[in-house]
Amino acid sequence: MKSIPSKDEVWNILNEIPDPEIPVISIVELGVVRDFAIQDKNIDIVITPTYTGCPATNFFEKDITTELIKAGFTTVNITHQYNPAWTTDLISEESREKLRKYGIAPPDGHTSDKNFLLGKDPKVKCPQCKSSNTKMISQFGSTACKSLYQCNDCLETFDYFKCI
Amino acid sequence: MANKDLLFQYCLRLGDTHNVLSHRMAEWCSNAHILEEDIAMTNISLDHIGAASAWLTYAGQVEGKGRTEDDLTFRRDERDYYNMLIAELPNGNFADTIARNFMFDVFAKLYYTQLMESADETLAGIAGKVIKEANYHLKHSSQWVVRLGDGTDESHEKMQSAINEVWQFTGNMFEMDSVDQTLADAGVGVDVTELQDSWMAIVEDVLEEAKLTHPVDEFMMTGSKQGMHTEKLGHMLAEMQFLPRAYPDAKW
Repeated sequence: MKSIPSKDEVWNILNEIPDPEIPVISIVELGVVRDFAIQDKNIDIVITPTYTGCPATNFFEKDITTELIKAGFTTVNITHQYNPAWTTDLISEESREKLRKYGIAPPDGHTSDKNFLLGKDPKVKCPQCKSSNTKMISQFGSTACKSLYQCNDCLETFDYFKCI
Repeated sequence: MANKDLLFQYCLRLGDTHNVLSHRMAEWCSNAHILEEDIAMTNISLDHIGAASAWLTYAGQVEGKGRTEDDLTFRRDERDYYNMLIAELPNGNFADTIARNFMFDVFAKLYYTQLMESADETLAGIAGKVIKEANYHLKHSSQWVVRLGDGTDESHEKMQSAINEVWQFTGNMFEMDSVDQTLADAGVGVDVTELQDSWMAIVEDVLEEAKLTHPVDEFMMTGSKQGMHTEKLGHMLAEMQFLPRAYPDAKW
């Protein structure tokens, strides 16, 4: 009989599950997994949705369930927690670099920064040529969490991960 | 009404408002004038359906009869819907949609900022989530109000006519009945009458920048808290509910 994974092992399993829309970072790196509790063969997982209507949420809930059942759990119970609200501040510098390499401009700073609090427009750098000479094309990009930008120097259009 | 019933009703109204507005925004899918705007419309629709999902799920939990968000969405008739009237207004032309959304977005920003202080942890939590999205919606709609209002003669005329049309539905957002009052007194809900001056100030600011005006002393439509709607909602629900009613418990 398969033994139940330890807490660390569960974190490792979760850290292997990619965000369905941004496969270069995992749902743990994204800060979506809040906590979990293991009791015998049951696991209760608390997640926080990035955007309330993010369609990716349903997908990674299925992934979480599938992976954990493969690992030996019999029931996986996923609950949503809204408070405190998810914020891009949870994305580490290392993960931001992964986003950049993938072609997505990471959030400009943190929600506690002065510029953000004053409602100023973000300074978005082109992930391709690193130029700061960019313009917003649309506040709403390919997914709810991103805006569409264009670089005025290399003319490439790219997604910007909104700072929220 | 017991406290539980009040809270159920309160969350139901919020859920219905976001749900109905989400459906309207989804109707723009593939119909907007440029691709970016098409994506914006559907993204905003998604945000509203997310908010609706949070509110209706919680409403179902509070009620305690096992009703899910889907039960509440698909198995209630028009007279059992309590969304704000403004949410159900048809999309009309692009200016009509922008005018409707702008009036609601200003309200939502002010409302959710207050609701974050709610004594009910779930209400405060959902508000903290929704406010982030509401800020983006307001930015989007107010920019368009200015761009169209202060644009060509034709865009100005259409934007002004849209503001004139939607105005009669704005008073409904600030109505309070005993449900609202009891919950506001308990620190759970928001006293929306206190938001009206700030709402007007923001709206007038943007309209001024857009070289637009708004009607004064106009008759205000009412009725949503009693389940009374414009003739438009029933048609919308008929389309929205057709499939789950024709094929109950159908799965993707």
